[in-house]
Amino acid sequence: MLEDLRTTRETRRGALNFLLTHKREVAMLTGEHLWLVLTSMLIAVAVGVPLGILLTRQPRLKTFILGSTNVIQTIPSLALFGLLLPLPWLGVRADRLAITALALYALLPIVRNTYTGIVGISEPIREAAVAMGLTQSQLLAMVELPLASPVILAGIRTATVITIGVATIAAAIGAGGLGEFIFRGIAMVDNGVILAGAIPAAIMAMLADFLLGGVQKLLTRRQR
Amino acid sequence: MPQIAASSAMTPASVPSAIEFRDVELRLPNGRTLLSKLNLTVPLGETLVLLGRSGSGKTTSLKLVNRLLTPTSGAVLIDNRDSREWEPIRLRRGIGYAIQDVGLFPHYNVRQNVALVPKLEGWQRSRVNARVEEVLSLVGLPARDFGARYPNELSGGQRQRVGLARAMAADPPILLMDEPFGALDPLTRAEIQAEFRKLQKDMRKTVVFVTHDVSEALLLGDRIALMEDGKLRTVGTPESFLRSSDEIAQRYVAVYGAARLPN
Repeated sequence: MLEDLRTTRETRRGALNFLLTHKREVAMLTGEHLWLVLTSMLIAVAVGVPLGILLTRQPRLKTFILGSTNVIQTIPSLALFGLLLPLPWLGVRADRLAITALALYALLPIVRNTYTGIVGISEPIREAAVAMGLTQSQLLAMVELPLASPVILAGIRTATVITIGVATIAAAIGAGGLGEFIFRGIAMVDNGVILAGAIPAAIMAMLADFLLGGVQKLLTRRQR
Repeated sequence: MPQIAASSAMTPASVPSAIEFRDVELRLPNGRTLLSKLNLTVPLGETLVLLGRSGSGKTTSLKLVNRLLTPTSGAVLIDNRDSREWEPIRLRRGIGYAIQDVGLFPHYNVRQNVALVPKLEGWQRSRVNARVEEVLSLVGLPARDFGARYPNELSGGQRQRVGLARAMAADPPILLMDEPFGALDPLTRAEIQAEFRKLQKDMRKTVVFVTHDVSEALLLGDRIALMEDGKLRTVGTPESFLRSSDEIAQRYVAVYGAARLPN
C-alpha cells in the first residue's frame, strides 16, 4: 500500500519533471498530434457531411453506408493501421496512412449525425419549405443544414474526441504525435514518460470537447 | 368542360377558373384510394372550403394544387394549365400555403420568415421590407414590435398570424390553407377568422380552405365542398349547405345547430 502510494507520487513527479525538461519535444509532438487530428477531421467532415446528406436523398444506400462506417469502427485501431499499410499510395508515408485511418474512424459519428439531424427536422417545416417553392439546394442550404447543424456538430465533437485519443496509436506506425511518449514510456517501463504523452492528449481532448460544446450551444440557442 | 351537376350549377361560366379538378384520382402504390373522381372548379377570387372528417381527402386535394402530390389519373388545372406542365418551383411561388402546424422556420425571426419568398423571387430589398411591414400589420403584428422575434418567442395565435403573413407575402393569387386556425383557443380563433374574412373581402384571392369545423366553413366559405371517403358529396353556398338533402351534410348541420342552441 505504502509502496503503491510512493510509486504514484514518484510517477507524478516524474511526469512533471519530464514535461519540464523536454519542453521542446513536448511542444513538437503536441503540434504533430494536432496536425494529425485537424487534417483527418477536415477530411472526415468533408466526406462525412456530404455522405450523410446523400443518405437523406437516397435512403436505399443507408444500410450499406452506415453499415460500412460501422464496420470500420469495430476494427481495432491498431489493426486498421496495419490493414492500410499494404495499399500503394497510402502505405508509403506514415502520416498519410495515419490520417486516412483516423479519418475513416471519425466518419461514422459524422455521417450518422448528419443523416439523423436532417431526417429529424419536423415534417411541417420541410413541407412548408417545399410548398414555398424552395429548390432542393435552397432547402438544403437555408433550412436543412442550419436546423441540423447542432446535431451535426455533436457528431463532429464526438469524432474529434475519439480521434485525439486514437491518434496516440499513430505513433506505433511512426506517424508521430503524443503517442511517441506513451510507447517510449512503455518500452522504458517509465510511467512518468507515459503520462507525459497521456496528459497533454487528455487535456487536448477535454479542450476540444469544451470548445465544440460551446459552439454547439451557440447553434442550438434559437432552436426549440 | 366536364363538371358534375352540383358544381356547374354554382359556377358562373364567364369567370375564369383559377383551379380546376378534372376527374382526379389519387391511389397509393399499395392500392388504397385517397381520392376518386374529383370534379371541382374554384373560380378566381372565391373562397372554397373543403369540409370533411380526417381522412376524407381534403388535405390530399389541397396538396394536388401546389403539386406536393400529383394525380394518378385525371388532371388538376391551375390557371388553365395542367399542374404537371407547370415548373413546380414557379407554381409554388405563386401559391401561398398556410398549415395548422405553421412550419415557421425556427432559425429565422418573424421578419426573415415573412421575407423569404419575396427575397427568393428577387425583389429589391426596399420593396421586400415595405411588403413585410405591410403584411405583418395586416395580420395585426406590427413589424416594429414583432419583426425581430423568433417563432419560439410567440404565442400559438401569433405564430398562426405570422404563417398567414408569410403565405401572403409575395402576393400570390392563390392561397391554400390547411386548418390554419385549428390549434387555437376558441377566442383567438374567432378573432383570426374575423380578420381573415375582412382581409379576404379586400384581397379577393382564390382561396382553398380545409377544415373539419362546420361553423368555420359556414363563416368563411363562399362555397362549401363536403368530402367523405375520398369523394365529393356536395358543393354549394353556405345557405344551400344548410338546406342540403345530403345525409352527411345534414349531420354536420345538426351538429352545428346543437352547438348553437344548447338545451
